[in-house]
Amino acid sequence: MNGTINGSLNMIGYGLAAIGPGVGIGLIFAAYISGVARQPEARGVLQGIAILGFALAEALAIIGIGLAFVLS
Amino acid sequence: MHRAGNGDALHLVNVAQAAGGEPFHAPGPGDFEFPPLFGFFTKPMLIVVLAALFVGIGFYLAARRASLVPSKGQFLGEGVYGFVRNSIVGDTIGLRDGLKFVPYLVTLFSFIAVLNLSGILPVLQFPATSRIAIPLFLALISWVIYNYIGIKRHGFVGYFKAMMFPPGLPKPIYVLLAPLELLSTVIIRPITLTLRLTLNMFAGHLVLLVCILGGEYLLVEKGGVFAALSVVPFAFSIVLTFFEAFVQVLQAYVFVLLSALYIAGALADEH
Repeated sequence: MNGTINGSLNMIGYGLAAIGPGVGIGLIFAAYISGVARQPEARGVLQGIAILGFALAEALAIIGIGLAFVLS
Repeated sequence: MHRAGNGDALHLVNVAQAAGGEPFHAPGPGDFEFPPLFGFFTKPMLIVVLAALFVGIGFYLAARRASLVPSKGQFLGEGVYGFVRNSIVGDTIGLRDGLKFVPYLVTLFSFIAVLNLSGILPVLQFPATSRIAIPLFLALISWVIYNYIGIKRHGFVGYFKAMMFPPGLPKPIYVLLAPLELLSTVIIRPITLTLRLTLNMFAGHLVLLVCILGGEYLLVEKGGVFAALSVVPFAFSIVLTFFEAFVQVLQAYVFVLLSALYIAGALADEH
């Protein structure tokens, strides 16, 4: 027992897989923030688009965690 | 390989085991399985029934005595309805075509929001949508609706033609695009709708469990210095509960927004 690590390697894979969607979501909200800063009255329109893009990018991370649990 | 000094996390585990008491059992998928309350009736099913009753009776009461000066209940009901109608349907489908989908989308939004919020309500404290069957069924209803609407609007061939062959692209692109669009619309959309909602609730509930059970373990099982440290996970669990409330409403919004977008895509005419 001493000196061993127990657990699933899937979780490390999931951690790596979450980098991509993390960067993507960051880019989406960066664009949203700079868009609102340039044109505050466009906030309502941009918000829906930003959340849509966030949901689509997040789906990749979510599929990752699903597969990390399924493929054990 | 020589394994001495194999990292800090491992070191902590060994210290924890040496300090006595049983080791901490991290929460996992097993915490989402419930024994039946009676017969085959489990806690998630109870939450679904309660949520359906709450939404149904709530909207009935909100609309029953509608007056010009709204009561609190009527204000809440009209607020949810107006939000879905104006900022989801109005921006995606458009009110001319979309008004007949508003009742479905309002029901979907409030039902999912209540199911999600049951994850942070005391006593219930389990998001029923983290069991995959419930979002799957809701996603299948949306799937049937947007495909049916599209076929009804464009005809069977016309619907798939508009979906797979959007005009105005160079011919070789269609070799790649047509199967991808078909796969995306028919198979991937309901799966991502389901998984997004399920696993967001799953992951959120798991994080809350880690914080609360970890704090409880430090306070009750370890005691001493560790009991004082349990303040940290408990404080985190409070912050995360508010964050979860935000995520739960956001995910209900995303589910309904995507359903509305799929309906809008099925209804869209060729340009």
